[in-house]
Amino acid sequence: MSKITGAQAIIKCLQEEGVDTIFGFPGGVILDLYDELMDSSIRNLLVRHEQGAVHAADGYARASGKVGVALLTSGPGATNGVTGIATAYMDSIPIVVLTGQVPRALIGNDAFQEVDIVGITRPCTKHNYLVNDPNELVPILREAFYLAASGRPGPVLVDLPKDVMAAKIEFPAKKEIKMQTYQPTVEPHPGQVAKACKSILKAKRPVLYVGGGVILSNANKELTELAEKAQIPVTMTLMGLGAFPGTNPLSMGMLGMHGSYAANMMVAKSDLLIAVGARFDDRITGRLDTFAPDAEIIHIDIDPASISKNVKVDIPIVADCKNALTSMNAWFNTSSELDQAAFAEKHKKWLDQVYEWNKKHPMSYTDEGEIIKPQYVVETINRLTGGDAIITTEVGQNQMWTAQFYKFNQPRQFLTSGGLGTMGYGLPAAIGAKIAFPDATVIDIAGDGSIQMNIQELATAKQYGAAVKIAILNNNYLGMVRQWQELFYNKRYSGTPMEVTPDFVELAKAYGAVGLRAKTKSEVEAVIKEALAIKDQVVIMDFVIKREECVFPMIPAGRSTTEMLLA
Amino acid sequence: MKHTLSVLLRNKPGALSRVTGLFSGRGFNIESLCVAETLDPQVSSLTLVTRGNDSIIEQIMKQLHKLIDVIKVTDISEGEYVEREMVLIRVKAEASTRAEVLRVIDIFRGKVVDVSPNSYAVEVTGSESKIKAVVDILRPIGIKEVVRTGTIAMARASKK
Repeated sequence: MSKITGAQAIIKCLQEEGVDTIFGFPGGVILDLYDELMDSSIRNLLVRHEQGAVHAADGYARASGKVGVALLTSGPGATNGVTGIATAYMDSIPIVVLTGQVPRALIGNDAFQEVDIVGITRPCTKHNYLVNDPNELVPILREAFYLAASGRPGPVLVDLPKDVMAAKIEFPAKKEIKMQTYQPTVEPHPGQVAKACKSILKAKRPVLYVGGGVILSNANKELTELAEKAQIPVTMTLMGLGAFPGTNPLSMGMLGMHGSYAANMMVAKSDLLIAVGARFDDRITGRLDTFAPDAEIIHIDIDPASISKNVKVDIPIVADCKNALTSMNAWFNTSSELDQAAFAEKHKKWLDQVYEWNKKHPMSYTDEGEIIKPQYVVETINRLTGGDAIITTEVGQNQMWTAQFYKFNQPRQFLTSGGLGTMGYGLPAAIGAKIAFPDATVIDIAGDGSIQMNIQELATAKQYGAAVKIAILNNNYLGMVRQWQELFYNKRYSGTPMEVTPDFVELAKAYGAVGLRAKTKSEVEAVIKEALAIKDQVVIMDFVIKREECVFPMIPAGRSTTEMLLA
Repeated sequence: MKHTLSVLLRNKPGALSRVTGLFSGRGFNIESLCVAETLDPQVSSLTLVTRGNDSIIEQIMKQLHKLIDVIKVTDISEGEYVEREMVLIRVKAEASTRAEVLRVIDIFRGKVVDVSPNSYAVEVTGSESKIKAVVDILRPIGIKEVVRTGTIAMARASKK
């Protein structure tokens, strides 16, 4: 067999894995690979900052379900990517990050642009590798893709010394990957499934609490089948939005710190909480000892370490969510005589109560005439896109208003940094999603603070014709931090006023994009319509919103979920 | 509660740091840690002594198991097991105390491994409590230096 270089082998591996797009930024030690990329079929997108590359790969992965790939050089290239890697890790997003490294002989010598990126990213990757032996290169890359996408997905980093990419190697034939130390449990235990289903039959006040795991395992249909068949109200975490249709009558929207009144009340009063692909994060549970105090808890998760980590679980089911829900649906079809109508009758009193809570305190805001309310902007985007756009957000108020007021009906439609809460995520993630789905409407709903954290990626969007739309909810504040200062720090706005922000309309023009602005409520709809009509340009919409608007409901950190501030 | 965990680990660069990083990153504590190759040079065996209530130990075991380089995790303190630790103690041994030091070492089945005009280095092996006892008894005589290995442990074979 003829030998090829390490760089050529990497390209072959990427093609083997079906990679069609890479987001990256070159540098000295990674040039061998960049040189090979030029002749390959793989699309090579140049970002403007390495954090943008990793977020774009992440957005591509979340939107498409495929593994996203980022390519960075050594040293600062790699460290700039760390925030993106940690973001993907916290949200269990499958990406592979390839970093260049100085030649093996120089490792440990404080060489130019050398950093121990494997050491740095050890706690924020699912696994990582430094390729020490050129013959290990191909098996490691195959393992990296396998690890990223299987089990509980996550980012995997492969550090590639320059001389490994130059070395001549034989390209080994592909074998099925079997790892002695890694065998995720994907099939549920039938006994546990039966136990869970019997609990559902007994329950008077059941609630489905659904997280990002349902989206990751493509289990939305199975979830909807279970919820509708057994007539169980559904609430979703931030990561779970889209796993169950937001317009379905059984959906009570998001729960937790900024969740709906009905969602938090029904969890608090439930006698059976069925957690599916969710991990009882502190933003969901609030004070742990008062979380769902009367509920028996079923927890379906592929990661055994998530089970009973924060909240003690009564019926754990370790499995892929899709397999577990399929088994539960099959159990109800064969072992229970109750049909949907019978369940509706059985849960009538409970559902009436839930609907009453929702009617009493629906997601709402006060209209203030011509002052633009951010919630109105999100509502209008929802209406004018028919609820069908791919939406990304930054982090803070913009993220929460989007979660509250956009009705997501499909999975992989809402891309947001949930676990790490990374400002600057939305724009590069939107570019990644737009590259994956060029015909989709992709909108980053941003704040004036967070959009500036990766605004340089406007140039990337322009260069590759990724015509994303950006809606800036502009209040000249770091709004969510200001809200905490208003509520808990006597309105002492330390470090939150953005006294200087760029003129976003002019900024758009500088980047070759279109800039639009609305200063009054009556201008909002026209601006959104105009932006949506522009199919081939990046558009920034600058909405000058009420400066001191707060996100409600709100459960102050560490309080019980029933202690909601409603306004 | 003290727990002694036995961990089999792929003998790869950085594998140990994944284990220790997990403990520091998640706020678990390590009381002692011993690592060495097994019969299979590609596998390391690690004995780790930690403390925590049942849910913390459960979380430690699950998180360890989640590491790709970890092959097997056992809480051997759940069953019958033997544990050993070795200590090297340099103790003052002047004319007036030499006989006393030797007597103590003899009682603890230790031995002298280095001699100087005014000190002995002694080696003692045993359970953690035995090590503590010998250190306590030698302390009044004058200990100059103590080096301990940390605990290694092995589950007892089934008697059936």
